[in-house]
Amino acid sequence: MIGSPDVVAFTKEDDFGDSFSDPCSLPEEFSVPLFAHAANANPWTKTSYAKFSKDFILVSEFSEQVGPQPLLTIPNDPKVCGTFDLNYFSLRIMSVDYQASFVGHPPGSNYPKLNFVEDSKVVLGDSKEGAFAYVHHLTLYDLEARGFVRPFCMAYISADEKKIMHQFQELSSEFSQASEFLKSGNRKAFANELEKKLKDLEYTRSVLHKETELQKKNNGCYSTQAIEKANELANVEKSIYEHKDLLRQITSYPSRKKKDVDFVQRETEKLADISVLDDTLNSNHSDIADKTVETESDSRKSSYTPQLIKAKSAKCFDKRLKTMEELCDANFFHQTLEQLNITEKSFRGDLCFIYTSQIGRALLGKQRVTSFLFEEWEKEGTSKNLNIFSHNPTVPILNLPGELLSLESYTTCIDIDHIKPGVESMEGPPESSLSDITQETSEAADTETKGSFSSDKSIEAFGGVSPSSLQTNYFDGLERKSKVSIASPSESASSYVAVPQKMTDGNLVPMDAACCIGQDGFIFGEPLPELAQECCGDTVVNQEPLSLLQGDPALQVDYILEESALAESPNMGLTFSELNTGVLSEEVAKINIEYVSDSTSFMSASTSSDRAVSPFTYGSALTLKQKKKAGHSALRFIRQYPFAQQAIFCLLSGRTLVILGVDEGTVRKLVNALFFFVPNLGKYGETVQPWLSSPFQLTDLQRWKLIGLQRAASPAGSSILHSLNRYSRYISILDCDSKTLRCPPYKGTLISHLADHRTQIKRGSTYFLHVQGMLTQLTAKAFLYTFCHHIHLPMDINDQGSVTSRRTNFLLQLGYTVEESKIVQYLSELIKQHYIQGSSMGGDQSFCFNYTTSYLYKI
Amino acid sequence: MLRWILGGREAQGTVESAALFIGEEQPKNCFTEMQVLKGHFDIVRFLVQIDDLRFASAGDDGLVLIWNVETGDHLIELRGHTQQITAMISYTFIRGGNAHTALITASSDRTLSLWDPDSGNRVQNISDLQSPVKCLLVLVRLDVWLSGGNELCVWNRDFELQCKTVHHSDAGISAMVELPKNFIAAAMDKEIVIFKLNLSGSDIAVMAMRHLADHQDTIHSLIHVNDGLFASGSHIGELIIWDSVDWTIQAYEHILWEEPARDGQSEFKLNHQKPIERSIQHMSSDGEYIVAAVGSGLYVYNVLMKSVVAYRRIAHDSNVLHTVLQQDGCLMSCSEDGSVRMWELQDLPLPAEPASSGFFGMFGTFGRSSKQTGPPAKKIPEVPGLRSLELIGDLIGHSGAVQMFLSFKEKGLVTCSTDHLLIVWKDGEFQSQLRSLAVFQKLQENQEL
Repeated sequence: MIGSPDVVAFTKEDDFGDSFSDPCSLPEEFSVPLFAHAANANPWTKTSYAKFSKDFILVSEFSEQVGPQPLLTIPNDPKVCGTFDLNYFSLRIMSVDYQASFVGHPPGSNYPKLNFVEDSKVVLGDSKEGAFAYVHHLTLYDLEARGFVRPFCMAYISADEKKIMHQFQELSSEFSQASEFLKSGNRKAFANELEKKLKDLEYTRSVLHKETELQKKNNGCYSTQAIEKANELANVEKSIYEHKDLLRQITSYPSRKKKDVDFVQRETEKLADISVLDDTLNSNHSDIADKTVETESDSRKSSYTPQLIKAKSAKCFDKRLKTMEELCDANFFHQTLEQLNITEKSFRGDLCFIYTSQIGRALLGKQRVTSFLFEEWEKEGTSKNLNIFSHNPTVPILNLPGELLSLESYTTCIDIDHIKPGVESMEGPPESSLSDITQETSEAADTETKGSFSSDKSIEAFGGVSPSSLQTNYFDGLERKSKVSIASPSESASSYVAVPQKMTDGNLVPMDAACCIGQDGFIFGEPLPELAQECCGDTVVNQEPLSLLQGDPALQVDYILEESALAESPNMGLTFSELNTGVLSEEVAKINIEYVSDSTSFMSASTSSDRAVSPFTYGSALTLKQKKKAGHSALRFIRQYPFAQQAIFCLLSGRTLVILGVDEGTVRKLVNALFFFVPNLGKYGETVQPWLSSPFQLTDLQRWKLIGLQRAASPAGSSILHSLNRYSRYISILDCDSKTLRCPPYKGTLISHLADHRTQIKRGSTYFLHVQGMLTQLTAKAFLYTFCHHIHLPMDINDQGSVTSRRTNFLLQLGYTVEESKIVQYLSELIKQHYIQGSSMGGDQSFCFNYTTSYLYKI
Repeated sequence: MLRWILGGREAQGTVESAALFIGEEQPKNCFTEMQVLKGHFDIVRFLVQIDDLRFASAGDDGLVLIWNVETGDHLIELRGHTQQITAMISYTFIRGGNAHTALITASSDRTLSLWDPDSGNRVQNISDLQSPVKCLLVLVRLDVWLSGGNELCVWNRDFELQCKTVHHSDAGISAMVELPKNFIAAAMDKEIVIFKLNLSGSDIAVMAMRHLADHQDTIHSLIHVNDGLFASGSHIGELIIWDSVDWTIQAYEHILWEEPARDGQSEFKLNHQKPIERSIQHMSSDGEYIVAAVGSGLYVYNVLMKSVVAYRRIAHDSNVLHTVLQQDGCLMSCSEDGSVRMWELQDLPLPAEPASSGFFGMFGTFGRSSKQTGPPAKKIPEVPGLRSLELIGDLIGHSGAVQMFLSFKEKGLVTCSTDHLLIVWKDGEFQSQLRSLAVFQKLQENQEL
C-alpha cells in the first residue's frame, strides 16, 4: 500500500547543488517561452498541475485505531485543498516516520521508558499529486496510547518543490517552534494525567489491601481468592511503581538541549516561558510525589476524586482516544495553531518573493545602527530566524560525533525515485534499502538502551546536516562573487556606487576602508563602475533572487554596522510583484485582497471615513502596508502643495511640523501623507501625534516631530495659538485652512527629487518605495558621516578647528548644500544617540534646534 | 483673527509689548539644544551648583532634586521639607582630608536641613526655629554658617547654634554679605545692619555694630562686589556702593527710568501700562562691573570708574529676576516673561552722538523702541564710556517666569521656572562632538572599530 513513497530527505546542499548552483542557468520559469503556455493564464503559478490552489499546512495523526488520518489544515478552508486527497496524503506522510517509537519495555529494563525523541524532519514529494511537503514528525505522550506515544505530523504542503527544499531551514525552525509548543503542553498534560492515574492506583491499592485482609481473615491465607487478591495487589503495586517512574521521567525532562542549532535562537526567546512552565511542572510534581507518600485522607482533600481501577484495562479499540487539544494543554494547542497560522502566512507566495523579503529582513537585521530611522520595525521573531544563519554561518554541528550516524539515519528516508542527479557527490551511501532501515532500527534500539540522550543526539545530527551545506554554499557564493553583485539591480544601487567614485575624483576624502567601520562588509569597494552602469541600464529584474543560504557572500559576513544599498531589496521584491499585477500569481492576488479587506475592516471600526485614512491607532504597530497606503496621500500632497518640499525638509531635518486646521479629517489626511518622512518614526509611530486638541508643551516638541493640531475658537484654541506663537522658532506651521506653510527656507535639489510635483509616479506604493529608496541613500550617507573618524576626531589637541572644516567639506563632497547638511547632521545625531543608548530611546533625549528665519509660503 | 500667525512678524509686534525682538536668526547664540527636566511639582526657585557635574534645584514643593547636568539624569530626591524652600546654599567642608559638599536648605516649615547629595541622607535637621529663615550665608574661613530670618543665627558645622541676635523686626533679614574682619552686612528692610562676629576661643558672639539707613525704601538686593566694596539696591531704584571696611558710601545712583517721550502716542500707551518698575530685584557683579536688574531693564555700572557703562530700560517684557555677568563681557538675564536673554556689551558706533538711531537702529522695524531712546540719555549726560547692550540671543522654552539660571560653562546653562520645569540649554555643536567621541569610544569598547 505504501509502496515506495517518494520521500526526499533534506540532505547536504551538494546533493542538489548541481541543479541549483548556477542561478543563471536554471530559470526556465523565468524565460520567455513560458508565456506561450496558453493553457495557463498565469505563467508564474506553479500550482497549476496540483490539485490544491495554494500552499497549506496539514496536521495528521497515525491513529492506533484507524491508521493515518488528517486532523486539520491551515488555513482551515476546504477550498484551499481543493480535490487534494488529504487522507491519502496523510497516509503517505505518516508512513515515512522512520523513528518507530521506541517506547515500551526496552530489553533489559523492567519498566517502560519514555524517550524524549527529537522530531524528525523530512521532505516528501508526490509527483503524481504534484505535491511536495516538508513533513515534521513528532510524538506526544498519552497514557492510554500504545507505548504511551501518539505519533503526529505536521506538513507544509506546496506544489513547488524548490520552495520546500530551499526553505527547509526556515520551515524546520518554524515547525520546530510549533512542535515545541505542542510538546511542552503535552508534557504538562501528560504529567497531570499521570498524577491522576497514580491517585487512582493508590486508591485501588488501599481498597485491594483491605479486601485482601478481609479475604485472608475469612478464607485463610492460601485460599484462591486471597491469592488472587494478593496477585492483583502486586500488580497494582507494580503499576504504581511504573507510573511513578514515568512521572519522574517526564518531570525530569531535560529543560533544553542547547546543542540543537535549530532551537538555540528560538529557545532564548521561549526559554523564559518554557522554563517557567517546566519549573512549575517540576515543583508541582515533586509536591505531588511527596503527597503520594502521604496518607489517603490527604489525597482525598484534593480536587480529584480517585477511582477504582479495574484489573484489566479496556482494549484499545473500545476507548475513545484523546483529541490533540486534550493531549496538549488547550492554551498550548491554540498557541500552536497561532504559530502555524503565522508560519503559513510567512511562507505564502513565490519563492522569489520569500527570498527577497528574507534577504531584506536579514539585511535590515544587520543594520540595526540605522534601520530605526526609516525602516519598518520588524517582528523580532522573523528576522532572528535568519540571523542564525547569517551570524554564525559556521556553527558546525559537523564536529559532533553523531555525524556519521546522521548520514545513515537520513539515508533511510531517501526515496530512490527522487534523488536528484547531483546525488553522486554525496558522501554517505545514497541508496536506501530495507536492510538499512532494519539496521537503523536495531541500531536505534541499541542506542536506546543507553538512555534517551544518545537517541537525541542522532536526531540532532540529522537536523545538523544543513549547516555544512551552508558552508559549501558560502564558498560557492564566494566564487560567484562578481555575478552575485549584479543581482542587486536598482537604480539606487548605481547612484550609491557613484558616491565613492565622486569622492575619489574629488581626491579630498580618502574613502579607504580604514575610516569606515565594519569594513569587511562594506560593499563600497566592490561594485565596479562598469557594474554600476550595467545595473543602471537594466532596471528589469532579470535574475531570480538567491536564497539567503546560497546567496551573496556579502550577506554572510557579519556587518552589524553595515549600511548598504541592498537595503531596498525587500522592496524590490514587492515592486516586482506589484508591477506585474496583470500576471499576478494567485497567492499575491489573494494577499492583495486581504490587504483590502484589512483596510475595510479597519474603516468600519472607525467613526469617520477620514479618520480611517490614518494609520495611527492606539497601541498598534505601523506596518509597511500602512506606509505604502500612505504613499498615495503623500503623492497627492506633493502634487497639491508647491511647498511640499519645504515641509518634507522640516521633517527630515528634525524640525517639528505642526499641521493646523479646523477639520480633523483634513489634518489627519495631511499627517498621513507626511508621516513616513519622519525619521525614527518608532514602532507605533510614537513621534507622530495625528490629532491634538489641547495646547502642546515644550516637551511635546521633543517627543513629537509631526503634530496635527486643532484650530478652535474656544479659549483652549487661543491658548493653543499662544503656544504656537511662543514656540514658533522651534516649529514649522502648515496651515491647512489657508494653505500656507511657515518654515525655514529650503533651496536644495535633494528633496526636489524626493518630492517632485511633476513626478510620473502614479501609484502610492510605488512612490513610497521611491521615497524609501531615497531615504535609504540619505541614511547611508548619514551613516558614513557619523562613522568617519577623521571628520569627528581631532588629530591632536590643536586640531579642533580643522575637524569642523573637515566635517563641512565632507558634507560638501557628498554633494549637500547647507540645508541638506542639516538633514544629514540630524540623522547622524539620531544615529549617534541610538547607538550610544541602544534601541531604548529614553524620553530624556535632548531636543536640537537651529536659529533660522522662517518664511511664509503660500500656494 | 489668526492672521498674526500667518502674517509673520509684523503682526506679532503689535501683540507683544514694545520690548526687543531679536528674530529667529541668532548666530551668536550657541544654545541649540535643550533638555527638559521634569520632577518638581511647583515653582522651582533655586539652583545650586554642587560640583562640575551636579546641581540641586529646589522650590515651592519642598523638594530638593539633584541632577546631572550632562545627562539630565535625576540623581537623588531629597525629601523632608513640608513647605516651600526659602533658601538653599552649598556648604563645602573638609572631612578626612577630602572636600565634601553638602547642601543646607531652609524652609517655610521653620526647619533647616543639611543634606548629603551623594547619599540623599538628611544629615542634620533643626525643626524648632522661631521664624522661617530667609537667607543663608556660609563663612568658609570660620567654618560656620549663618541663617537670617527675624534674627541672625550663627551655626557651626554640626548644626549647633553658636549664638544669635535679639529679635529685630518683622521685616527680618533678607540678604547677607560677608565683609572683611569678620563683619557681616545684612539687609533689613530699608537699612543695612553691620554685625560683628567676636571669636574668643571656640565661642562666637555676634553683635550689631552699625545701622546704615541711607536707603529710602526696602532693600531687595545686597551683593559682594570685590574685597573693598559691596553694593545694595532698593525698591525705588537706589543703587549704593559701600566701602567694605568703613561702611561709607562710595557711590550713589538713583536709577530713574524716566518717563518716555511726551508725544501723544506714548502717553496714550502709558494709560494702558502700569507705571514703570524701578525696583532693583537682583544684582550681580564680577568685581568691576555691577549689573542691576531694574524693573524690566538692565543697568550696568562700573564701580571702579563710578560710572554707568550701559543700560537698557526695557530689556524684557516683564521684571528681570536674575542676572549674571560673564567673564567674556556677556550678560544674561532672565525674567518673568519666561525668557532668558543674552546680551553683549558693544561700543557705540558713534559715542559722541546721543543714543538715537544708531543705538536702536537695528530694531527700527519695531517702531516703538526707537521712540523711547532719547530721554534716558538725558539722565546721564554723554558719558564717554557709554556702551550699548546688544541682544545677541534669547532662550525661549519656559512657559512661566524664569526664576533663576545657573551656568555650567560649556556644559550648558540650567534654567528653572514657575512652570515647574528645569531646562538645560546646551551648545548643540559641542554636544554633537561629545556624542561622536562617545560613539567612537563605544565602538572601540565593542571591538567594532
